[in-house]
Amino acid sequence: MIKQSNPTPSVRVERSRETGARRVSTTLDTNGGLECAGVVLKARLADVTASLKPGEVTAICGPNGAGKSSLLAVLAGLLASDSGAVSLDGQPLNQLPAPKRAQAIGFLPQSAEVAWDISVETLAALGRLPWRTSAAEDAAAVQGALAALQLESLRDRPVSQLSGGERARALLARVLAGEPRWLLADEPLANLDLAHQLALLARLRELARRRGLGVVLVLHDLAQAMNHADRVLVLDLGAVVADGPPEMVLTADLISVVWGVPARWLGEPGARALLPG
Amino acid sequence: MTRLNTLLLLALAVTVPLSLLAGRVWIDPFDPALPNAAVIFAELRLPRAVLALLLGAGLGAAGATMQGYLRNPLADPGLFGIAPGAALGAVLSFWTGWAASGWALPLFALIGAAGAMALLGAIAGRGGGVLLFTLAGMMIASLAGALMSLAISLSPTPFAMSEIVTWLMGALVDRGWADVWIAAPLTLLGLAVLLRAGRSLDALTLGEVAARSLGIDPRRLQLLMIAGVGLTVGAGVAVAGIIGFVGLMVPHFVRPFTDRRPSSLIVPSALAGALLLLVADCLCRVLPLAGGELRLGIALSLLGAPFFLHLLLRLRRELA
Repeated sequence: MIKQSNPTPSVRVERSRETGARRVSTTLDTNGGLECAGVVLKARLADVTASLKPGEVTAICGPNGAGKSSLLAVLAGLLASDSGAVSLDGQPLNQLPAPKRAQAIGFLPQSAEVAWDISVETLAALGRLPWRTSAAEDAAAVQGALAALQLESLRDRPVSQLSGGERARALLARVLAGEPRWLLADEPLANLDLAHQLALLARLRELARRRGLGVVLVLHDLAQAMNHADRVLVLDLGAVVADGPPEMVLTADLISVVWGVPARWLGEPGARALLPG
Repeated sequence: MTRLNTLLLLALAVTVPLSLLAGRVWIDPFDPALPNAAVIFAELRLPRAVLALLLGAGLGAAGATMQGYLRNPLADPGLFGIAPGAALGAVLSFWTGWAASGWALPLFALIGAAGAMALLGAIAGRGGGVLLFTLAGMMIASLAGALMSLAISLSPTPFAMSEIVTWLMGALVDRGWADVWIAAPLTLLGLAVLLRAGRSLDALTLGEVAARSLGIDPRRLQLLMIAGVGLTVGAGVAVAGIIGFVGLMVPHFVRPFTDRRPSSLIVPSALAGALLLLVADCLCRVLPLAGGELRLGIALSLLGAPFFLHLLLRLRRELA
């Protein structure tokens, strides 16, 4: 059921050391996927190596300031690292023309900004900007994205008249309309109530399973990561401290070391709840 | 061609001929007995109408793209400091006395606009961030304004001072074909540049990070904005002085009739700007005013400032 990237996930529980910016990048695996190796970003990321697989939901977790958003931006090609390399299907990401990169990697920023009061359909159609496809193809992709998120009945509604949950879905529809192979989202669950959080996670898992979409989410809620991710990447002080299936990574020990909060898990796998203290 | 653009073109098709007939001397198309009618028509009214159309189109399109670029409905092409830069150049031509020779004034103004554009380009840097860039533009604007005031206060003769002050008020009085030949190529080039920014401005609706993730190059967009706004606004100031508020008001008039994307606003804003300036200029010409003609720049500010206040009040209500 759970696809495992590392046969034996290494769980290093330690405070990471700051590696210098002179670190030499490691060679990259060329067999597909979105990967980074030896990525260093001054004062934010120290030697991060990760290999993400299509069809998987990967959660990036860590305390505030751990470098989660920075890593996501580096993987999306939006932030150039000081050293190290990011590759998409074995090709260095920074050598890919921006529109090609944008076609492959959809990025959902944390900000829910929509400057003008456009309709849901117009918003979703912005996702087609990286493409130079025919109007019919664009319309079909937008239609597909709206349908996937049950937004068809709201297509003509201006964004100012949407609820928080509808707005979040409309913004996600914008990314899906671009038909990316990767979806990178920075805290997509923020500002959503529990029902909408679960619905969104279920939708993303389905897209990963059915279409092979590679989903990478920055998540704060460890229980959501535990229950819905195929894989969890834990960052602390800019370094990867653990990487693997959630049940093996998000142990009570690790949580108490990284987050400084003693906690234990309740419930069964797939329906876990985290109890602090 | 959208319905809005068709309607605006139709309105222009009706207004342009009417504007050629209106003025201190009314020309009756069915009674061509008026002496000098042909001269008034070809040498006074026609170039003036063409200039109004060109400058209005440039200001309207520049306003629409500026609002898209800054993601702010209160933005105005003046914010980049290009119009004050051009005005400073023009003032210097008066100050040095070169303005008397026909070509010097627009040339000085264009050099001023180019100077402001070059400064903006140098400050813009590689990152392409909007906020820093806008603040830089505002500083260029206030620097040019201060230098302009300095030049006025130190003006060699009272005559030069009054000439400068009158010119700054913006007008299309007594403009001829020479002015059209200066403004037309620059404005049309600027409009073409602004149209190319449309897709990037649409992406910017979602914020700068999302726009970059959609493959937009912020640096390229910044250069397009500098060139497009610089050419349209710089050419306008060079031939007509400062005409404010067109770029601010026009996008608001057309926005409700579009899907509100910045790119779908550019062409209708250009058409509506042309229409607004043409009508305003005609009214200035026709209004019976004791001291001569009402200056176009003043008329538009009289119209624009209350409009701006109305806009602020509406925004306040929305924010409350």
